[in-house]
Amino acid sequence: MSGFINGLLRLRRGPWEMVASVLIALGVLMLMQPFAIGLYSWSFLVTLTGTVLFVIVSHFPE
Amino acid sequence: MTDTPIDKIARATPAGMARRIRGFSDRTIAWIFVAPTIFLLLAVNIFPLIWTIRLSFTDFRVNRPNREVEWVGLRNYERILTDPDIWATMQATAHFLIWTIVLQVLIGFALAYLINKNFRGNDLWTTIIVFPMMLSPAVVGNFWTFLYQPQIGLFNYVIAFFTGVDPASFSMIGDVNLAPWAIVIADTWMWTPFVMLICLAGLRSIPDSIYEAAECDRASKWRQFWTITVPMVLPFLMLAVLFRGIENFKMFDLVVQLTGGGPGNTTTLTSIDLKREAFEKWRTGYSSAYAVILFVTVFGLASIYVKALNKVKQR
Repeated sequence: MSGFINGLLRLRRGPWEMVASVLIALGVLMLMQPFAIGLYSWSFLVTLTGTVLFVIVSHFPE
Repeated sequence: MTDTPIDKIARATPAGMARRIRGFSDRTIAWIFVAPTIFLLLAVNIFPLIWTIRLSFTDFRVNRPNREVEWVGLRNYERILTDPDIWATMQATAHFLIWTIVLQVLIGFALAYLINKNFRGNDLWTTIIVFPMMLSPAVVGNFWTFLYQPQIGLFNYVIAFFTGVDPASFSMIGDVNLAPWAIVIADTWMWTPFVMLICLAGLRSIPDSIYEAAECDRASKWRQFWTITVPMVLPFLMLAVLFRGIENFKMFDLVVQLTGGGPGNTTTLTSIDLKREAFEKWRTGYSSAYAVILFVTVFGLASIYVKALNKVKQR
């Protein structure tokens, strides 16, 4: 866990890509879940944040 | 000595031009070759994407080109993301996407595993299994409409034969609970061969020596399957899932032919809904926002998927 946080603080690609991937997956789940329309409403913002973050952090050093 | 086509072209090139070309650096020549592709990509992919994003913030209607276009900010996105009908469409798409991929991967892998064994008529069976994939989706849609007919449909008779229910007592494409499964079955029938072919390529790429080494170590068939076959086919399987996932996210023709999005809106997938908004209701700005939401979703999913695929390939 401390390695993960260190990676985040030192702007390393691996942990940041993990954060972006989790955001994208969460956004897609929120978009397609049948339980709460509130989650559906916020899904696009979460997916967009994850996708933009993914594009940016893929240029970070390993 | 005979001239090659390149010799002929070189001789036909005017002396002045030949001198200029000889003066180009390798980098310049590389750019000359790549430039048409970059131009095409910009014209066909990037420009329409930027234009769609711009339109998504307006109330533009393509059937009224002379009407003054109003800048509406995020209102289109707000309306889409609070609309219960579009939410239901997303759920219908999720149902279709998840079940088609699960069934196609399971059946496709099982078929590939069987076809990979040496038996008589192996090639003939491969050709027969691959046949549905070669048909047009519109033809498959029409074909399954007949198979699902409650009175004359073969599908209903097969179900009746195995379960004993009256074949005319249920309608696969007329029932709100069965219609989502009707499109899943038709798509699985059509595209399982594609997954099978990719898995077959993966299975045939595994060298026999690995299995022989495992035999020497007295590994059981079950263990060989889980520690050799599955890990080595996994990158191929993931590729198949990526292709099918993207294809099924934008599935249109098969479902339109089969159910037309009905009964009600139970089989209205996002692509069908988007087409209605864009080209039946002519709400271009609104449908652009809808398209941007779908694009970001597919792009995000494809990004994490490609990352996972690269990790599996590196193992």
